[in-house]
Amino acid sequence: MELTTVWFIVIAFLWIGYFVLEGFDFGVGMLVGLLGRDDRERRVLINTIGPVWDGNEVWVLVAGGATFAAFPEWYATLFSGFYLPLLLILVALIIRGVAFEYRGKRPEARWKARWDACIIIGSAVPALLWGVAFGNILRGVPINADGEYVGGFVNLLNPFALLAGVATCTLFLTHGAVFVALKTDGEIRHRANRFAARIGLAAAAVTVALAVWLNLTEGTPVSWLVSALAAMSLVGALVANRLGREGWAFIGSAATIALLFVAAFVSLFPDVMPSSLDPAWNLTTTNAASTPYTLRIMTWAAAVGTPVVLVYQAWTYWTFRKRISVAAIPVEPAVPAETAGR
Amino acid sequence: MSAESLARWQFAITTVYHFFFVPITIGLSGLVAGLQTAWVRTGSERYLRLTRFFGKLFLINFAMGVVTGIVQEFQFGMNWSEYSRFVGDIFGAPLALEGLLAFFLESTFLGLWIFGWDRLPRRVHLACIWIVSVGTLLSAFFILAANSWMQHPVGFTLNEARGRAELTDFVAVLTNPVVLVTFPHQIFACYMVGGAFMAAIAGWHLHRLRSATPASEPTAAFRTALKVGAVTLLVSGLGVLVTGDLQGKVMTTVQPMKMAAAEALYETEQPAAFSIITIGSLDGSREVWSIKVPYLLSFLGTGDPQSEIKGINALQQSYEKTYGPGSYSPNIPLSYWTFRIMMGLGFAAMAAGAFLLWKIRRGRLPSGRLWLPLVLVLPFLPLLANSFGWIFTETGRQPWLVFGLLSTAAGVSPGTTVAEVLTSMITFTALYGVLAVVEVRLLITYIRQGLPEVAAVETEPADDVPLSFAY
Repeated sequence: MELTTVWFIVIAFLWIGYFVLEGFDFGVGMLVGLLGRDDRERRVLINTIGPVWDGNEVWVLVAGGATFAAFPEWYATLFSGFYLPLLLILVALIIRGVAFEYRGKRPEARWKARWDACIIIGSAVPALLWGVAFGNILRGVPINADGEYVGGFVNLLNPFALLAGVATCTLFLTHGAVFVALKTDGEIRHRANRFAARIGLAAAAVTVALAVWLNLTEGTPVSWLVSALAAMSLVGALVANRLGREGWAFIGSAATIALLFVAAFVSLFPDVMPSSLDPAWNLTTTNAASTPYTLRIMTWAAAVGTPVVLVYQAWTYWTFRKRISVAAIPVEPAVPAETAGR
Repeated sequence: MSAESLARWQFAITTVYHFFFVPITIGLSGLVAGLQTAWVRTGSERYLRLTRFFGKLFLINFAMGVVTGIVQEFQFGMNWSEYSRFVGDIFGAPLALEGLLAFFLESTFLGLWIFGWDRLPRRVHLACIWIVSVGTLLSAFFILAANSWMQHPVGFTLNEARGRAELTDFVAVLTNPVVLVTFPHQIFACYMVGGAFMAAIAGWHLHRLRSATPASEPTAAFRTALKVGAVTLLVSGLGVLVTGDLQGKVMTTVQPMKMAAAEALYETEQPAAFSIITIGSLDGSREVWSIKVPYLLSFLGTGDPQSEIKGINALQQSYEKTYGPGSYSPNIPLSYWTFRIMMGLGFAAMAAGAFLLWKIRRGRLPSGRLWLPLVLVLPFLPLLANSFGWIFTETGRQPWLVFGLLSTAAGVSPGTTVAEVLTSMITFTALYGVLAVVEVRLLITYIRQGLPEVAAVETEPADDVPLSFAY
């Protein structure tokens, strides 16, 4: 297999890993506003992802770095072209990351409420905008002969891309709710279970519409097949959720996200960023790629490094496999702002 | 302002800001790991309390380092897409390796360390913080390898047809003489910051506790922390000196213009004197007053006190011959002063550390009027020395983005508008400003609280005991 194809697969793998892993912690982040009724419940929600969200986030950094190294032209066009959405994503990731670390570091209710808002917004914005970004990549954007994006900002807000954004957002919410049901106990577990059932239906409707649209315009037999598998695993996840088989429901929602992005990357290949102006100006795995020498070095590094990363990240999930519940969260008296502090 | 100058300002602001957190993270992770090791080996509660105390401060700082680091990676593509196209084949590899081999390690094991106090066996938990610390060093190495390639490109060929540099020898990139001296120089500089941070906070608490009985437990613990911090500061300060000297020699060879700019040396001299301080006209044509050490610049630059050091004018002429007309010197006053401020602050930090250590010798407690002001400024001395060092090294490379290959003006994204860059620059500056206030206030709150009470750490809790270090 061509090294450029190998690296297309590696980068697809990194993005899929990112969306499967951070997908549920984006979902949990949004659910802090939807399922957490008081401080202790919100802490339960946040603690379900506490030990892992940071490691999950590194997947996007590695995906970005690997794109830079393997397909510099893709990296340059994508990141300079999608300037404002990426700026919003960066701001969201900044306030979200700081919020996780800082919210518990002072007792005041107002302090916590503000950081909770940062967690919710910081999770919702990337959940929506990553979908918009990928929707645009799949549909093709105005790229000129120099490989430069010339479409401006408003052009990115087209119906297909917005639908893709709603799809990732609802899928991540479903994935997050299923994860909360899997990782918690007591009232919050049941609430997450019920919420997953409802949001899952919405996600299914949007995702099926998106997949049909994508496959009608860009589809190949393989992408049709993979999309169908994605739809089936979402149905499976919802059935498992109804039956209270939370582990299976989580595997199902993870598989849905993974398969949906597999379908996306399959329909994209061999392009990495098609031009809507002229197919001759498409960025492809060959014309956007680094030299074979660089790709060979990167292949060795990835072959050695990736399994190790997978092992220790898996070990993290194993270490923190126990369910947590409100009963385990110590009661911390709410401190009104004026009496708090030093 | 043009999109280019805005992009440059944005890069400067976001990078200098990000780099307030990096040296603290690198230095403090090692020191916290050391304290925890002392606890595991001795079982002394003092070390556990110090580990928890400095660990909390470390985490508050780490969060900011991580989130501001994400901006750095995306910024190359957003504002500097032509640069990314030109160097991606080479520069991207260390960047990707940083993520894959270092950043995953740091963030995953930090999660295990934060939440694993009562979930992991004691030694495994200790290993987590050591792995984090090693991860930060690996991270630094890859980033410095990438940066060093910009200072001194090696192991590549130019592909004129594709208009880019292509990698031919990755080992050469990783063993670039510049990275081999910059890496230890930078790591020692980070440990100066970590040591000063620890010594200063301990010193402030000792000042507060000076009326307490000398035998009180917090006093004893903070004495230990002050000693550990100050000794780290002094030892790594020596490391910075030695490696800085080596770095000067490499720089004279590979970036003579930067060395000449650091000295504001316009005319070639043999032997060359080192200027400790020079007041002159800004264009360097006239020297008003100066203190100079004869032979020292020749010695620092080459190891031979009699050698010739090229001046800015001669270098400008030779660069014009090679690269065509244009100005090839960086901003000279900026180079000259940042270089001196870096060194001055570094020496001041070491002097302050030695003074604090001497004041508490043989069981003495802090006394005298100098103590409090010193502990208050101490952490900022090496921290700002780091900032000025980087401002020197990055602005000293100008007008090049990649020395001799790509000018800064040519690296900027052609498609991004002034409005876009301005929006992101204002957004980041405002956001970073707010976060700075929040972070500093939080640090002060936790520094004031002092050593936490610690319960014995249980490693086999009941099923739903709360995660100990939880949010």
